[in-house]
Amino acid sequence: FFQYCLSGHPTLPCNVLKFKSTTIMLDCGLDMTSTLNFLPMPLVQSPRLSKLPGWVLKDGSTFLDKELKECTGHVFVDSVPEFCLPETELLDLSTVDVILISNYHCMMALPYITEYTGFTGTVYATEPTVQIGRLLMEELVNSIERVPKAQSASMWKNKEVQRLLPAPLKDAVEVSMWRKCYTMPEVNAALSKIQLVGYSQKIELFGAVQVTPLSSGYALGSSNWIIQSHYEKVSYVSGSSLLTTHPQPMDQASLKNSDVLILTGLTQIPTANPDGMVGEFCSNLAMTVRNGGNVLVPCYPSGVIYDLLECLYQYIDSAGLSNVPFYFISPVANSSLEFSQIFAEWLCHNKQTKVYLPEPPFPHAELIQTNKLKHYPSIHGDFSNDFKQPCVVFTGHPSLRFGDVVHFMELWGKSSLNTVIFTEPDFSYLDALAPYQPLAMKCVYCPIDTRLNFIQVSKLLKEVQPLHVVCPEQYTQPPPTQSHRTDLMIDCQPPPMSYRRAEVLTLPYKRRYEKIEIMPELADSLVPLEIKPGISLATVSAVLHTKDNKHVLQLPPKPPQPPASKKRKRVSDDVPECKPLKPLLSGSIPVDQFVQTLEKHGFSDVKVEDTAKGHIVLLQEAETLIQIEEDSTHIICDNDEPLRVKLRDLVLKFLQKF
Amino acid sequence: LVCLCFHPGAGQDVGRSCILVSIAGKNVMLDCGMHMGYNDDRRFPDFSYITQNGRLTDFLDCVIISHFHLDHCGALPYFSEMVGYDGPIYMTHPTKAICPILLEDYRKITVDKKGETNFFTSQMIKDCMKKVVAVHLHQTVQVDEELEIKAYYAGHVLGAAMFQIKVGCESVVYTGDYNMTPDRHLGAAWIDKCRPDLLISESTYATTIRDSKRCRERDFLKKVHETVERGGKVLIPVFALGRAQELCILLETFWERMNLKAPIYFSTGLTEKANHYYKLFITWTNQKIRKTFVQRNMFEFKHIKAFDRAFADNPGPMVVFATPGMLHAGQSLQIFRKWAGNEKNMVIMPGYCVQGTVGHKILSGQRKLEMEGRQILEVKMQVEYMSFSAHADAKGIMQLIRQAEPRNVLLVHGEAKKMEFLKQKIEQEFHVSCYMPANGETTTIFTNPSIPVDISLGLLKRETAIGLLPDAKKPKLMHGTLIMKDNSFRLVSPEQALKELGLAEHQLRFTCRVHIQDPRKEHETVLRVYNHLKGVLKDYSVQHLPDGSITVESILIQATAHSEDQGTKVLLVSWTYQDEELGSYLTSLLKKGLPQSTA
Repeated sequence: FFQYCLSGHPTLPCNVLKFKSTTIMLDCGLDMTSTLNFLPMPLVQSPRLSKLPGWVLKDGSTFLDKELKECTGHVFVDSVPEFCLPETELLDLSTVDVILISNYHCMMALPYITEYTGFTGTVYATEPTVQIGRLLMEELVNSIERVPKAQSASMWKNKEVQRLLPAPLKDAVEVSMWRKCYTMPEVNAALSKIQLVGYSQKIELFGAVQVTPLSSGYALGSSNWIIQSHYEKVSYVSGSSLLTTHPQPMDQASLKNSDVLILTGLTQIPTANPDGMVGEFCSNLAMTVRNGGNVLVPCYPSGVIYDLLECLYQYIDSAGLSNVPFYFISPVANSSLEFSQIFAEWLCHNKQTKVYLPEPPFPHAELIQTNKLKHYPSIHGDFSNDFKQPCVVFTGHPSLRFGDVVHFMELWGKSSLNTVIFTEPDFSYLDALAPYQPLAMKCVYCPIDTRLNFIQVSKLLKEVQPLHVVCPEQYTQPPPTQSHRTDLMIDCQPPPMSYRRAEVLTLPYKRRYEKIEIMPELADSLVPLEIKPGISLATVSAVLHTKDNKHVLQLPPKPPQPPASKKRKRVSDDVPECKPLKPLLSGSIPVDQFVQTLEKHGFSDVKVEDTAKGHIVLLQEAETLIQIEEDSTHIICDNDEPLRVKLRDLVLKFLQKF
Repeated sequence: LVCLCFHPGAGQDVGRSCILVSIAGKNVMLDCGMHMGYNDDRRFPDFSYITQNGRLTDFLDCVIISHFHLDHCGALPYFSEMVGYDGPIYMTHPTKAICPILLEDYRKITVDKKGETNFFTSQMIKDCMKKVVAVHLHQTVQVDEELEIKAYYAGHVLGAAMFQIKVGCESVVYTGDYNMTPDRHLGAAWIDKCRPDLLISESTYATTIRDSKRCRERDFLKKVHETVERGGKVLIPVFALGRAQELCILLETFWERMNLKAPIYFSTGLTEKANHYYKLFITWTNQKIRKTFVQRNMFEFKHIKAFDRAFADNPGPMVVFATPGMLHAGQSLQIFRKWAGNEKNMVIMPGYCVQGTVGHKILSGQRKLEMEGRQILEVKMQVEYMSFSAHADAKGIMQLIRQAEPRNVLLVHGEAKKMEFLKQKIEQEFHVSCYMPANGETTTIFTNPSIPVDISLGLLKRETAIGLLPDAKKPKLMHGTLIMKDNSFRLVSPEQALKELGLAEHQLRFTCRVHIQDPRKEHETVLRVYNHLKGVLKDYSVQHLPDGSITVESILIQATAHSEDQGTKVLLVSWTYQDEELGSYLTSLLKKGLPQSTA
């Protein structure tokens, strides 16, 4: 039982579990923070960005000035942005049997794994996870492919060169492994390998292991996974939430009795309260618009945006914002809004009830109907005609490196009337803003991360009581910037086992039993004996069949009839064939009764002698002697088989067989 | 180990479904339908069949509803609120959403229009629905510690499901109504190879093997088109949800393609709501609709408009979808009465009609109908029947049996003669027992499940290691001890069993004196014995130890000189009871003497 850790990012995990004879990949997260090292990709030629000076080394050499540009003291790579892939060398990924996906944010590396490693297995995910995951990938591919960039920088990745670069480029890990974005055909191929599953569906893997997705409460279709055999249970908790937002609540009860609980995907902002952040978001938005400024919300096309739109739906009338247009710009904006309405079964109770009426579960349907919310595939086309200011724009990508958001940053960045409000917690907002500095526009940071915080984790662990907790090393110490906050780490007994990127962990549990089935015919033939009150025993001699990791015990076949022809037998024909399988014996032999029995069976000259440990029973005429002790009986006789067999059977009568 | 099936409702009667299954001590009621053909007590199943004394809640572990058609759920409020049942009721989300609406609709017709009393109320429907637990497809729902149920997609209507009911190793699959071919709006039923002990299948179309769907659709469109062309009116009695949407999609696309202008109406009330359900539960429709719904939602109709009563008297051609589907009450019956006298008009029955309904009468050729108040209605309009109701036909039923591989099949919801034919076919092709109980009859099916026990890993590993030996032809016997304690079964090695019970092993040992005539010295005799045994016992480990003794496996052989006769040697052969066979064999082998001097 091993766990291979392929990603160092605690909220974008990628682990491989060797459980019994199966190899299971848990999530397939793609670390996109690497893109922060690159220059933004403007949709329209940006004179500012194109005029940035090339970076010059301290010694004055300029050989990198085509690849690296300097902007307000930071150095950026001028190239198509690249992503940091999960580790592919730690184990042969073609041996992975299945991939379990916990939510749509944790599947973004899937095409790299399924299309480039020789993977031939199956991916399991819920329907909303797949549909929304597809939208996220589509948006990603679209926003990168629509800005063709000829240049692909690689010189800076040279280890010798990288050493000379300023931080954070100098410290970037595994830059040689960074890859460009995949293409739509690769996305489609990857998604075609997914098999859809529902919550609490038991999926058998090779007869040896059963996996089950459970609602995790974090996003539409998000799941935790139970990986279990009959005797071991591993819970994989990834991206869970106890807050009541739109998804179905988290299923905690099913996590009980775990031998090992792998805990990933906790909140990235443990100090911020999501409700408070939403309030701040609304008030900052209102204030900016009232002052005639525009609001930019860099976001993903699904997830928190549904909750924000719902809050705004309740808020705009009371805040006097009814006439302010809301724009949602993404190549998948329409799809995302439509899809959100059809997953009734994956929603929280309140939203389900609405569907029964039947009404759309999310109020953004009404915002669209009343023209308060408009969605466009991009800034080009209809949007440029409809566009009215002041307004609120929701668009991606939250890294501010590609997508329509780049255009709005360039457009609105110079005016202090405007505000950019960061709600997605995946990227440091200061790093995201770095290539846009100096900025006049206001920046507000309202990260909304509904995933578990450490207080909730310790409550959860107390509740479900796993024997062992396994988590990324980041969770076993306070955050580096707040080293005094010892409350911001996992606290449990025994202390959690931690892992880091490219590490292999041996999981602590010991199996003692396995399931086996006794066929009805065999069961009928068993003779149980009550040995102690409430405990019965039966000796079982049977044939073991093992197929597809399932074990079955059957009645032994009847011995074949000896062949009718009476050929002369050779001696060796008589050699006993099966290994003799005699039961173990237990009990002791009461000498007096034994002697009586002997006499009953015609032995007239029985004589008993006492010894230090027991007795010796002598049959004088037969020159036979039987030593009887507490735990042993020894029959010593001449080679008189009938006599020996007779004595044997008489002794056996007094003993229990096992 | 017995699976009891009992039908207060269904079984050889298409009227209503209600089946009771007892499996390994658990009682589950499958569907709770009412009979559309009756207006008296007979419309509801007789629940006193289930238990005469005692509450239903105590007797039943759960109730499962397969889909929202009233012949499968119509008696539910009566059952839960009037007879009294407080346990869980399981159905899928769409069924949970739509079921109360149809029940309320039905209640209105019966109570408000026909003025019947002693019927369930709106409040009862609401209270009944509070007891409903919605299930996902393929979700394993643990009803209690032993009983689990799982839903599979059944096609038929939005949200229809087949259910697997499982207790330990024993299981039953109940299909409800299902459809094995995808249609214009739903997908095909699917189940995995779950090998239930019993498959309870509907058999409405037990003998029919329907022609291709395309032909039927073309036929339907042709008839509608011709009638409209000659200025006639077409009435299509439907239930608000189900076939209605499929036929709407069909007509909508046809009207679009042919650029037709005659109005199409859908009787009001449920219609718009119904289409909303399809939009919100689009994940339950077929793949094509699901894939394209963002661009074009198939349930937003351009040509189909809401119907108003006054339209029925409008001159000129029109097509009207009206509820209910069997012409037994409501708007469809009203329109039918208005239009029946004109031979230019046409009524198309797209589904099965229960005996006793107007629909059934006109389909069986009756042209003079006695209506309320002894009034005789003469039917001159054309009457067409087209099987669009999405039940599995004989081919589909066989296909499902092939998928699930049940050990027994039980046919319900069909007519006796047709079922008999299908029963023979099933028994011939699959060699499984097939039952078709009558209404109220009990069928007992004996199952013989294997018993799961826990085997200690040590024992299993020891055995599988032996199993890996090259000589795999001979079955290896495994030997263990089954410990039965507090309902737990564990199979361990005999040694472990002794240890766990705190018992000591009792060693039984035999030592036999075998006399051999051999004048040679002792160690030479031993060597001869050794060579002899080695020659004979090729598969055994025979060893000559430095102390002069021989071992065959764990059997010890020592030689001593005879005290009196120097020419005789005494071999002491000693073994434990566990080596009994080999020990016994060795003594008899040695008794035969040694072969004359081996080279």
